Order: sequence, then C-alpha cells, then structure tokens
Amino acid sequence: MASGEEDGTVEEKETNNKKRTKGTIATAWLTFYNIAMTAGWLVLAVAMVRYYLQKGTHKGLYRNIAKTLKFFQTFALLEVGHCAIGIVRTSVIVTGVQVCSRIFMVWFVTNSIRQIQNEESVILFVVVWTITEITRYSFYTFNLLNHLPYFIKWARYNMFIVMYPLGVIGELLTIHASLPYVRRSGMYSLRLPNKYNVSFDYYYFLIIVMLSYIPLFPQLYFHMLRQRRRVLHGEIVVEKDE
Amino acid sequence: QKHHKKVEILDAKTKDKLCFLDKVGKVLPSFSLHWYPARQSIRLDPKGKSLKDEDVLQHLPVGTTATFYFRDLGAQISWVTVFLTEYAGPLLIYLMFYFRVPFIYAPKYDFTTSKHWVVHLACMCHSFHYVKRLLETLFVHRFSHGTMPLRNIFKNCTYYWGFAAWMAYYINHPLYTPPIYGEQQIRLALTVFLFCQIGNFSIHIALRNLRPPGSKTRKIPYPTKNPFTWIFLLVSCPNYTYELGSWLGFTLMTQCLPVAFFTLVGFIQMTVWAKGKHRSYLKEFRDYPTLRSPILPFIL
Repeated sequence: MASGEEDGTVEEKETNNKKRTKGTIATAWLTFYNIAMTAGWLVLAVAMVRYYLQKGTHKGLYRNIAKTLKFFQTFALLEVGHCAIGIVRTSVIVTGVQVCSRIFMVWFVTNSIRQIQNEESVILFVVVWTITEITRYSFYTFNLLNHLPYFIKWARYNMFIVMYPLGVIGELLTIHASLPYVRRSGMYSLRLPNKYNVSFDYYYFLIIVMLSYIPLFPQLYFHMLRQRRRVLHGEIVVEKDE
Repeated sequence: QKHHKKVEILDAKTKDKLCFLDKVGKVLPSFSLHWYPARQSIRLDPKGKSLKDEDVLQHLPVGTTATFYFRDLGAQISWVTVFLTEYAGPLLIYLMFYFRVPFIYAPKYDFTTSKHWVVHLACMCHSFHYVKRLLETLFVHRFSHGTMPLRNIFKNCTYYWGFAAWMAYYINHPLYTPPIYGEQQIRLALTVFLFCQIGNFSIHIALRNLRPPGSKTRKIPYPTKNPFTWIFLLVSCPNYTYELGSWLGFTLMTQCLPVAFFTLVGFIQMTVWAKGKHRSYLKEFRDYPTLRSPILPFIL
C-alpha cells in the first residue's frame, strides 16, 4: 500500500474521531443541561404547591419563588447559544425571541413593578410556564437518552394547546395591570431634552408589546400545531415555498 | 438550415404540463401563461436558477425536446418605481417635520422654525441626499433586473419612511439639543458628509460608465481619473462605504441617537450586500484584485 493512501485514511479517521468526540461532548452537556432545567422547574413547582398548601393564599407566593424563577429562566439564555453553535437544530431567532420574551416578562415587568406581584395573572403564567417547561425539558432529556416514554411525547405536543393561550392571557393581564404604575412612576423612560435627542416612554412601549402579541401569538401557535400534526400523526405538511 | 426543437413547459411545483410547443426556432418566445413576462421564471431545473432573457434556446444544454420548469414569481414591480417611492417618502416626511406641520408637536409650535442653525443645515443635507438619490435613479443607475417582487415595496417603504419620521421627529423637535462641541463638530460633520456624497456620486457614475446603454455585461470596476474612485483599489463596493460615511457625518452633525441607529442598521444591510457582491465578483472573474475588501478597507 502506498504511504500516501495510508496517510489519507489516517487523516480521515482523525477528523471523524474529532467529530464524534465533539458530538459526544455536546450530547453529554445537553443531557446535563436538560436534566438540570427539569429539576429546577420541578423545584419551583414543589415550592409553589407547598406555599399554597401552607398559607392558603397566592399572596406573597411570587416573592417566595422569585429568586428560583429568575435563576432558571435566565439560565435558559444558554439555549440561544446551543442553537448558535449548532448543537441544537432550531432557529436561533425563534429561540431568541421566545427566551427574550420570557426574560422580559420576568425582569422588566414582574420583578421591577412590585405592586402587581400579587396579581392572580402572575400566578397564572408562572404555573403555565412551570408545567410547560417541566414537560419540555424532560422531553429533551428522554430524547437525548433515547428512551422517550409516549406520555411525555403526548404531553409535549398536546398540553401547549391549552397552556399557550392560558400563558398569553396571564402575561397580557399582568402587563395591563402594570400600566398605571408605569405611567405614574415614569420608570425606564427618557424624556426630552437630553443630549442624545431621543425619548423613550415605557408606558407606550408596553402597549406596543401587548399589541405585538396579536400577530406573533397565532404564528407561534400554528407552528406548534403543524409540528404536532407531523410528529403525532406523521402527516406530511407542505411548507409554503418562498 | 433551421434547427427546430420541441419545447414543453412544466410547473416547477406540481410538474403539470402547462404548455407544449412543437416547432420552436432559435429563441423561446415569451408566451402568455396568464402571467406577464416579468413574473415568469423559466428554468432548466425546478430548484435551479432562472434563465435570463438573453439566453438562446439553441445554446442551452437540452435535447431535441427541451423541458423547462415554470415558476410564478408573484406580482412584480419595476425597480425604478420602488426606488422613486422609497426615496420620495423620506424627502417629504422630513420636510413635514421641519416645517412643524400641525399634530406632530404641541400646537404652539405649529409652523414655527427651529432656533438652531444646525437644524436648518440638517434639513438641507437630508433633502439634498434624497434628491440626489431620486435623480440618480432617473438618470444614472443602470438596473440589471427590471422588476422585483411587489411585497418589497411595502417592506422597503416601511423601513425608509419609518426611520425618516423617527429621525426627523427628534431633529426638528422644539426641545432639540444641538451638538456638544458646537460649530467644530458641525463643521467636521458637514465636511465628512459632503465628501462622502461626492464620493458616492462618483462611484455611481463610474459604475454606469462600465456598462454601455442597454447592455447587461459585467466588468470589474477600476479606479478612474476621479480621485474619489481611487478607493476601488481597496474596496469592492465603495458606494456603500461612502454611504456609510455620509450617514456617520449626519449622525455627528445632528447628535441624534435615532440617526446613529439608522446608520447602524443601514451599515449591517450594506455589509451583507457588499459581501454578496464581493463573492460574486470573485466567482465570476479569475483575475479579481486580491487587495480588495467588500466594504471597509482591510477590515470587512
């Protein structure tokens, strides 16, 4: 055998080995990440149930779980990174939008406007998020371990039908409740005159955010419905050609 | 000696036979399929690139029966129309804010003028820029494609008109704050702006002269006697470089964050276009100068 050929196959094997190692590391990390996130949201769920059972009211519940919620929801930013480096095959933009809207809800609405933290709508969306995330992360975990129980798959592709609209209602009601407080305090706003010659009114910004749910929510909802049809019933969906 | 071919046209998506021509001469006639020619995309492969108007049937890699695939490109609109609309908007919108037309600012300011001379200067620069663009569209540019999809006009106008309104609102606002470094800053900004306007125009003229009227030939642009074109030595798309420079000048002149934001977004888009153009130059011409970068010398 000519030495040239030998070198060729050795190089090929090395590249393939490198690829396989990268793939194994990625899988290991993703498995750890998804297990950790499942655990985190489970902890949150347990904390909420315990609080309600002990106190009998939802008042003060948000403050009780705020730190845990902030931690695990913020940690989800990593998922954008996963898409960006290609170890998860989802669009960076879609993931980015979803994570950012969650971060926005947590940090820029609920966390910063104390007066609305005891609203029922807050509990609504937090409960919905908890159920959704536990389902989602356990789905990913089982997928990575190649042992996907049918009921997890069923849950992932069916619960959203109810959870999504409920979550949207919770979020919209919360933002709406915060409006008077935002207006009164003028928070996160910049008035003229200033040396940057720009102004920003958080009150109107929130109204625009609420309005943006109108075009965005149906798109995401129907995207999930299409995915559901494809996964559960094996239907071939003809995508619109650009 | 006539070479006759048989031609069949299939729909690219459904593969339905749309039309069959028994005896076709050298050139495929642009026939009516209920869609006007600009909407028709004829290609050899359903997922491939469109054939050009100039392509000759005889010279295509087909057998005695040529199979073409048809794709409807959707409603089309001419490039000239799009450009004129998207540029006329900012020109007029900015002027509305400049003259403080009612219902924009508080009623006591209606039809008043700003007390800052830089605001008048900014209006002149902004208006000059868009008048220049309109005139270039009418008299200078030679477009490779006649048309683009209709939905582009809505997208493009939203972008141009929206940003123009956003910028104009603050620059012409009664509570506008002039640049920190005053006259020095404005003078420098104006110099940069004018320099880049002349530069941008020079590049457009140079590109126009590359292509004789009516032709669609493509050549590598080179520096001419005009010093403003010497930048071709370092950059593939200097028109975008100068455009960026103009808007940086305008940002400096007005010291307005929305203008900076508009400049940034424009820069990102122009970089994408420049990289694409640079890549196609490299693909098309073996001897393309290696020193050139797409938009920023040596950097990008």
